[in-house]
Amino acid sequence: MAEREEPEKKRSRIEALTENMLVDGGTTSDWQGRWDHVKKFLERAGPFTHPDFEPNTESLQFLLDTCKILVVGAGGLGCELLKDLALSGFRHIHVVDMDTIDVSNLNRQFLFRPQDVGRPKAEVAADFINRRVPGCRVIPHFKKIQDLDEMFYRQFHIIVCGLDSVIARRWINGMLLSLLVYEDGVLNTSSIIPLIDGGTEGFKGNARVILPGMTACIDCTLELYPPQINFPMCTIASMPRLPEHCIEYVRILQWPKDKPFGDGVGLDGDDPKHIQWVFQRSLERAAQFNITGVTYRLTQGVVKRIIPAVASTNAVIAAACGTEVFKIASSAYGTLNNYLVFNDVDGLYTYTFEAEKKENCSACSQVPQDMHFSPSATLQEVLNYLTDSTSLQMKSPDITTTLDGRNKTLYLQTIASIEERTRPNLGRTLKELGLVDGQELAVADVTTPQTVLFKLSFTS
Amino acid sequence: IMADQKTNKEQRYDRQLRLWGDHGQEALENAHTCLLNATATGTEILKNLILPGIGAFTIVDGHRVTGEDVGNNFFLSSDSIGKNRAQAATEFLQELNSDVSGNFVEESPDKLLDNDPEFFHRFSLVIGVQLPESTCLRLGSVLWSAGVPFLVCRTYGLVGYMRLVVKEHTVVESHPDNALEDLRLDQPFTELKNHISTYDLDSMEKKHDLQVPKNYKEKEAFRQLIREGIRKNESGAPEEEENFDEAIKNVNTALNPTKISSAVDDIFNSEQCENITSQTAAFWLMARGVRDFVQNEGNGSLPVRGTIPDMIADSDKFISLQNVYREKALQDAAVVAKHIQSHLQAVGKVTYPFNAGGLPVSPLCKNAAFLRVVRCRSLAEEYSVDSFHKDTITSCMDSPDSEMVLYLMLRAVDRFYQQHSRYPGVYNYQVEEDISTLKLCVNSLLQEYSLNVNVKDDYVHEFCRYGAAEPHTVASFLGGAAAQEAIKLITHQFVPFNNTFIYNAMAQTSTTFQL
Repeated sequence: MAEREEPEKKRSRIEALTENMLVDGGTTSDWQGRWDHVKKFLERAGPFTHPDFEPNTESLQFLLDTCKILVVGAGGLGCELLKDLALSGFRHIHVVDMDTIDVSNLNRQFLFRPQDVGRPKAEVAADFINRRVPGCRVIPHFKKIQDLDEMFYRQFHIIVCGLDSVIARRWINGMLLSLLVYEDGVLNTSSIIPLIDGGTEGFKGNARVILPGMTACIDCTLELYPPQINFPMCTIASMPRLPEHCIEYVRILQWPKDKPFGDGVGLDGDDPKHIQWVFQRSLERAAQFNITGVTYRLTQGVVKRIIPAVASTNAVIAAACGTEVFKIASSAYGTLNNYLVFNDVDGLYTYTFEAEKKENCSACSQVPQDMHFSPSATLQEVLNYLTDSTSLQMKSPDITTTLDGRNKTLYLQTIASIEERTRPNLGRTLKELGLVDGQELAVADVTTPQTVLFKLSFTS
Repeated sequence: IMADQKTNKEQRYDRQLRLWGDHGQEALENAHTCLLNATATGTEILKNLILPGIGAFTIVDGHRVTGEDVGNNFFLSSDSIGKNRAQAATEFLQELNSDVSGNFVEESPDKLLDNDPEFFHRFSLVIGVQLPESTCLRLGSVLWSAGVPFLVCRTYGLVGYMRLVVKEHTVVESHPDNALEDLRLDQPFTELKNHISTYDLDSMEKKHDLQVPKNYKEKEAFRQLIREGIRKNESGAPEEEENFDEAIKNVNTALNPTKISSAVDDIFNSEQCENITSQTAAFWLMARGVRDFVQNEGNGSLPVRGTIPDMIADSDKFISLQNVYREKALQDAAVVAKHIQSHLQAVGKVTYPFNAGGLPVSPLCKNAAFLRVVRCRSLAEEYSVDSFHKDTITSCMDSPDSEMVLYLMLRAVDRFYQQHSRYPGVYNYQVEEDISTLKLCVNSLLQEYSLNVNVKDDYVHEFCRYGAAEPHTVASFLGGAAAQEAIKLITHQFVPFNNTFIYNAMAQTSTTFQL
């Protein structure tokens, strides 16, 4: 395609190009045209841009030099996200992941190779991107998200998650909520760190944009993440009907009894010898009940709670998230408002809707949660409510309160000695424990970095 | 060592084998796909085929790599600048998976069409990316005649576009989400009736002339009937009986009438199903076998599926109930097999069970209710003034911001390209002027097709703004979407779209049209 430029324009274009080449001296050598695809969205006005958008040449520099993004997770979504961000102009990226590479990751986590198995995902991913995309500085953190503090999270302009755990999502959600600054009850919007969250399972996925404190947060829509269904114990123990029931029997009941690999050796889903043992015993169990269908693959799937995964779904969802990060960082367009669902089992299906912020959300609503119990209810009932309620879904809550001006632990399960000491409280009634109508209970749990306040109202 | 390799591949591909099985993986590993143009969209599509282990790929591209190309493409580096793009990209893509065989042809698609159109006949699927309209139509015509599936993809600014062109694509294993169970409670087969009569449920059979409850009122009465069956304790209060609770909850879905879907009916009524010859493909032979069963031994119903959902019950009762369905399913499958066999004999073929794309009868009967056929119109039909889908376009444009306007804009920029050998707004200084020129293209397009629709000026402006850019995130989205459609076509599992998919990255919405 020949250019037909006027000489005047051609000269000024060449000048601009030379300028670009000189500006990035030192370690990064941007080549001519590198950011052409991106620049069209930063330097040109358009009818669908965000009201705040102003075409200019500094936006690109902001993306390249200043904007800091955190990618949470370096797995199926994380690898894609890192690539997407790096090729959209983002150069200051941190990635956190506590896992090491497994061979089953290789069908989609394309920054990893067979020789990387066993190495930390965050580190290998960062290395690959930094080598493949010159100028990009991805900094890895081989850590749990909970091992990083406020100071760490506060430094980012945007955080994007590619997690495989609802608990982790809720934790990040809680962390960003805790960073919000309110002045006289009014939210200081500059304390908001936008959170883009992506999730996939087989051929299904979703992507959402969360502005903590302003739009629906993870906990506002907890019903969208129904708790995992476990088979009832009576089915597993005495009335198995499916091959899965047989496998769960071996995993839950037979392994602790037989201790096949020694005392205190837990079942390791990644150890083929362990799986083989479970597989054989499951076949035996199944044979007793004339149940067919136990296979090695099924055994592994049940023990490890494996979720099928492919490259394509991860590519789609990460790309949607990446587009949103770009929009927020550049104001080039209004963002997704605010939840996208994707499914390509039959054709391709997407559905976009606005998830609503819940007025009394336990994470983001800022007001103590109401709790209604009779004074003769036991603490155990309160505990059950915290774990079983679909809007709370806590895992192992620790409950404390203030009595006679002093902090009192009602029940704490995360430290064995205290658990033992406070266990009798579970059987006691709220009245016996000295709690009154209007009592405030502070609850801590893995699902949130901050304690959740509850206000106890006595029913008669 | 061979055994080790197998276990290694099984481990590597474990997460996807759980979706399409070993036979799906085999189909994938026997496939050879051709990609035209190794732009970001193209390489992203290939990446998502190479990672799961496609057998081979061949990239056809005559372009030399530019700095702009490297900027948005993960599978090029600055060292690639000046090299042939097919070659440069193949090196990086090959590195993703040593099981896959990568090839390249340093040639433009147009040249190949001129000199050697039969080149394309060898592929399981051809994927054309960022193709100018004329090349696309030429290629479409060659592949249509050759019966090679063609997937057209393009990223244009924040718009993604895919068009599937395949004459006929058959699917046995469509794996539907939320399929209704095949319990046959409305027309219990003899063995089921006999089995049920061993329970103490005689009263059921006497009411309502052996019909199942149909409307809400009847179903409520039925639930009440079930409730009355719950044991009561000494004080007369009903005990907690999980199995009765489960029954009450499932009244709506378990009592669905056994009937054949229109999709399956259409398959039975197809010409290919009716006229069996020695050329008939495996799918149609199988469909005919099922149809024969339906019209004879099945008394209007499909072969029994044979699977039942888990139900609260003790093991023995559940297993024996399950076996009733399983045995009936095996019986029915054997009858279907006999029908297929007789057709094979009638046309002088002996091969059974099928290989090379066919499936043994068992998955056929299990999936009989979910058979699907996708037939796409050709590009020629879509583009012809005589046969284009005027109604579809017009009614979609009743909402002027529907994704259909993006389709019309893509057609308009193609027109612009035809006239000016470039896309609108590529350079900043062109944007302003090109808006009015592009608008003329839009109008001439609408006029040619007598389309009385309104294309807002905003979209004309926006498409000039795009300057034919290919932002990586949009290319990557399409890369995922297209790759999965390709896998569907190759494995004949799950159902491909039909036939035009538009993705709007501005609003994060999408629609599928049949054009």
